[in-house]
Amino acid sequence: MKVKIHVTLKQGILDPQGKAIEHALDSLGFKNTANMRVGKYMEVDVNEPDRAKADAQVKAMCEKLLANTVIEDYRYELQ
Amino acid sequence: MKIGVVVFPGSNCDHDCQYIFQDVLGQKVEMVWHKETLRPGLDAILLPGGFSYGDYLRTGAIARFSPVMTAVKAFANKGGLVMGICNGFQILLEAGLLPGVMLRNTSLNFICKDVFVKVENAATRFTNHCESGQVLKIPIAHADGNYYTDPVTLGGIKANAQVVFRYCTAEGKVTPEANPNGSLDNIAGIMNAEGNVLGMMPHPERCAETVLGNEAGRLIFLSMLETLHKPQLTVV
Repeated sequence: MKVKIHVTLKQGILDPQGKAIEHALDSLGFKNTANMRVGKYMEVDVNEPDRAKADAQVKAMCEKLLANTVIEDYRYELQ
Repeated sequence: MKIGVVVFPGSNCDHDCQYIFQDVLGQKVEMVWHKETLRPGLDAILLPGGFSYGDYLRTGAIARFSPVMTAVKAFANKGGLVMGICNGFQILLEAGLLPGVMLRNTSLNFICKDVFVKVENAATRFTNHCESGQVLKIPIAHADGNYYTDPVTLGGIKANAQVVFRYCTAEGKVTPEANPNGSLDNIAGIMNAEGNVLGMMPHPERCAETVLGNEAGRLIFLSMLETLHKPQLTVV
């Protein structure tokens, strides 16, 4: 199954990249934008027909490698 | 003494580390490819700077799963001296051998310049040749050196004197202006609670020889060698 994973910075963690983009939007005239946060989007195929097992595996993948849970949150969708 | 320098795909300061220990300080050096394990007889391990795995995902995030890291962890857990410089520091953080993470520099720039760091703790196995409060001029070269950890962990490492280096002015004042990358509490280098694992963003191997006009980094390597010459601290 296809798995879509989003990794985002936790609230309160400084995001200099988000800030820079926010400033760029502002200078382009999009004055009503705020709180830009940049995250990562990943897609991967997992060959595991059992949904519960796939779910547990993707969670382990996120905890172990895909996110650093000191500063990042993750969420995913199994399709 | 025999120093092991780990080489990851994308390491680019590995030969500088080898050169300092071998040619400048007259020690034996063994280069260890990341897919190998550590052979017996090594007295200290260096994780060099560079861009292991192209800094993909997060700096150090993939290198920490390199086969050699199992042996490096075991070496550290037995009390062996492990030092990570720049990308090596980032790998030690991702591997959980040191607490915290690196964020992108607040300026978003890759910063390559001389900075000043203050020796906060001169009673470590990596700084015994320095004086407490001594100011060292050492170059940095990184895009992700903005140290971050949660307040509880920060309180712990401060209380336990694990903060070894902090960015400061030439006069030794630790100020926001002297902080090149936004690092929490101006932290430039920390060690683990046991004191045998050090990570630092500045590159002492780039300033450890007279001909380079700056020998500040030499103090750190001499400290390590002094530690290794005390038999009670070497690894069995």
